Amino acid sequence: MIAGWIQSHLLSILIFIPLIAGAICLFVSASGARWTALVATLLDFALSIYLWVQYNPDGPQWQFQESAPIGGGVNWALGIDGIALLLIVLTAFLMPICIGASWRAIEKRVPEYMGYFLLMDALIMGSFSAQDLFLFYIFFEGGLIPMYFIIGIWGGAERIKASYKFFLYTLAGSVLMLIAMLYMAGTSGTTSIPALMAYDFPKSAQTFLFLAFLASFAVKLPMWPVHTWLPDAHVQAPTAGSVILAGVLLKLGGYGFIRFSLPMFPDGSAQFIPLLFVLSGIAVVYTSLVALVQRDMKKLVAYSSVAHMAFVTFGLFAMNRQGIEGAMLVMLGHGLVSGALFLCVGVVYDRLHTREIDRYGGLADNMPGYALLFMVFTMASVGLPGTSNFVGEFLSLIGTYRASTWAAIAATTGIILGAAYMLYLYWRICFGTLRHADAAAMPDLSVREWWLLAPIALAVFWMGIYPESFIRPMRADVGRLLTRLERVVPTGDSHIVVPTMANGMHMDHGATH
Amino acid sequence: MGRFAPLLPELILSIGATVLMMVAAFTGRRGAGIVSWLAVILLLGATAALVGAPSHAGPVFDGLVTEDLFASFGRAIIYPASAVAIIAAYGWFERGTEHASEYAVLILFSAVGMGVMVSASSLVSLYVGLELQSLAAYVLASYRRTDERSAEAGLKYFVLGALASGILLYGISLLYGFTGTMSFNGLAAAFGRGAPSLGLLFGLVFVLAGLAFKASAVPFHMWTPDVYEGAPTPVTMFFGSAPKVAAVLLATRLCVEGLAPATDAWRQIVIFAALASIFLGAVGAFGQTNIKRLLAYSSINNVGFALIGLAAGGTRGASSVLFYMAVYVVMTLGAFLCVLWMRDEDGRPVESIASLSGLAQTRPGFAWAFSAFMWSLAGIPPFFGFWPKLLVFRAAIGSGYIALAVAGILGTVIGAYYYMKIIKVMFMDEPAKPFARTRQPIQAALILVAAVAISPLGYLLIQGLGTLSDRAAGSLF
Repeated sequence: MIAGWIQSHLLSILIFIPLIAGAICLFVSASGARWTALVATLLDFALSIYLWVQYNPDGPQWQFQESAPIGGGVNWALGIDGIALLLIVLTAFLMPICIGASWRAIEKRVPEYMGYFLLMDALIMGSFSAQDLFLFYIFFEGGLIPMYFIIGIWGGAERIKASYKFFLYTLAGSVLMLIAMLYMAGTSGTTSIPALMAYDFPKSAQTFLFLAFLASFAVKLPMWPVHTWLPDAHVQAPTAGSVILAGVLLKLGGYGFIRFSLPMFPDGSAQFIPLLFVLSGIAVVYTSLVALVQRDMKKLVAYSSVAHMAFVTFGLFAMNRQGIEGAMLVMLGHGLVSGALFLCVGVVYDRLHTREIDRYGGLADNMPGYALLFMVFTMASVGLPGTSNFVGEFLSLIGTYRASTWAAIAATTGIILGAAYMLYLYWRICFGTLRHADAAAMPDLSVREWWLLAPIALAVFWMGIYPESFIRPMRADVGRLLTRLERVVPTGDSHIVVPTMANGMHMDHGATH
Repeated sequence: MGRFAPLLPELILSIGATVLMMVAAFTGRRGAGIVSWLAVILLLGATAALVGAPSHAGPVFDGLVTEDLFASFGRAIIYPASAVAIIAAYGWFERGTEHASEYAVLILFSAVGMGVMVSASSLVSLYVGLELQSLAAYVLASYRRTDERSAEAGLKYFVLGALASGILLYGISLLYGFTGTMSFNGLAAAFGRGAPSLGLLFGLVFVLAGLAFKASAVPFHMWTPDVYEGAPTPVTMFFGSAPKVAAVLLATRLCVEGLAPATDAWRQIVIFAALASIFLGAVGAFGQTNIKRLLAYSSINNVGFALIGLAAGGTRGASSVLFYMAVYVVMTLGAFLCVLWMRDEDGRPVESIASLSGLAQTRPGFAWAFSAFMWSLAGIPPFFGFWPKLLVFRAAIGSGYIALAVAGILGTVIGAYYYMKIIKVMFMDEPAKPFARTRQPIQAALILVAAVAISPLGYLLIQGLGTLSDRAAGSLF
């Protein structure tokens, strides 16, 4: 009986494990809080793996569903499809790593810190699994509170400004989405996300609804020109905060597009494809150029995040299978790689307490292990075949090309610039001579740091070499999304000779399997 | 006797208050404790007496007051809130110099006045209730006679309040002159006979202006920050909670029952007052360094949101107003209970925001509770303060006022800034001199109850509170 109850409330358990552990953390000592947080996040990770194994890719769209009314027309309705499943696994995978990254770096007010982290874990899990419009909003918006504290209390010198900027930017975007949600609930008479995904709103309303949701997700993702909170937040946040921000919180924006904007407002989405392509194009080129001239390691990685997220919007709004699957893979890959890059920055920051790129150099000599792993992640970020980001970026580029040649030109420029700034960064940090005595004295990775970075490296290769494990759960869901979009997909301007294209596409797609 | 049964709560309170006044007069300072506790018991008794006859008696005394579920809902908020104001003051006023026992009596009379306000269905009883509440409030504001700020607050409140009463009376006389009736139903009938005349419109505007003063809605809010700052903190807490509910509910009943045919006339006024209150309340709070002044702007801001529900109209709108005020009172009482708790090492009350610095490290429990109230007042989910805001916006969108909802919700973003400022001071700044440790188990328990109610656990109340407010709002139509 208990087993049955657990089986039918897996997602609730997934949310409540970190929530309860977070509450416990507040009442124990510093080391007690560290262990509590680690055990709770590992438990959650194990549970998410169990979900992945149990998930039936050929089964119904929504699995592990549960629902209980809260009142006022809102339900505690949870359930996931393949897309949400993958993002949940990504979150659960990164969380213990974040706790590990904070093990030594956070020394003051540890119980509180762990409490906020676990609270955020719970809220993110909730956002990905919520099936009720308002429940989603509560989780989505609630996630701002712990992040505000994490940046504001444990951040760098400018932390207060960064935390305000992060909070108010995101809040301003989200409240417009709330208005749209209220309108949707009023018009359709339901707050259930699956029902709304099949509901056809009037065309004129879709325009405004899409814009309202765009305001929220564009800030969250972030897209140019509303990305300016991100570099500040990343630079000021503690390492683990940056990891979770880049790894998971940004993905909420992309997830929002897949879950809400595209299926609920297909007409609205199609109407704004040019706008989205232009914004993404500017983002990918402009932020890459900005990344190229950064002196601060964290800022560089932060700007690269904005550029990478542009591939997500390119892929999604290409509105074809390659594009959407590519966008999802970019999100997963970027979650791993940017998280790992922030950890790499954290490793040297913990030793020398500066993020100035010029203060390093030649680390390959005294930190070979570090240089190796850093190279893996640099290459992954550049999109080297065999790593996670290659698959995602390549698919999303194909998708974009099929939709618009011009957009594809902008996007591929981003790939080249991406290689430039990442390799330039790696060269300045790891190669050359050891100019600074203090940098030369830094020890190589400790066992703990190996434990943080090596699993991510494995996952990066797994995704790069056998992406089918990750495409498989979402294939059916992307198919459903495409059926929904079928009506509105614009014809691309790349006048490909159809048979060759079809064959070529088939081969490309097949090769990645 | 049966005629008086619906008035049981008011009877309990007014007879009890009169008796207690005598007790206070003859026992002097010694009786302060007993009078306070008896007053609390009276208020709780009156709340209990709401169950039964008063909730469905309908018009009483030829329609002077209407004892319906709406009135009961309002009083079920007002009486306990007044009781909390008495409990919180216990131990606040130094026994030697002040007439501590009369404080409770004044609150009781004020509560009777507010009870009449929410059940008034005639302009006469409206005015009587309002004045009964206000007169007690003027005295309460200047309760700490020897303190200049308190005396100034009382005087300011009295002069401006008298002006507002004058405006209100002038409006009432215009309405009476042009319709020949005092009852809300009569007014509705008069307004229903085609387009209202200029005299009626003037009357309507003046009456609403008088009510806006009591609810401290912009542009009649000027007294609020000064009075809140000057009045003794328990009195400020009282002003921030129950009288706001009474004024907003009175305005709701008047607009929905008495002025229903003139909806187009009052709606634009309410919309203006709502948006102006939201934005001025949010912007005005920016530079404040005194926590009481800041909470004054917060209450202006919150009244604005409640008025959005009124502007939306309909059962849903009225219901959202009721729900909003119920949650608002809990948040405000909680926040002020925290302010009451702020005392320096010598036991003197402190009011500067800077004194809260680093509280999360010196008094974590307190900081957590206070920050919960701030998040909730700001309307950030998952705190419960989010839900009433959602309801008023839902009502506004349901009635087609999307632009109003968008403007209002952008106001929450501006408002969030200053609530976050307090949280920042408590959590992110270096600890300042710690507050004195006080042993006030009852106050601590009240803070705890309020904090739990507005925490995410509050969502469990949605069903019950929502049904009640829906039914209460339904009794207006």
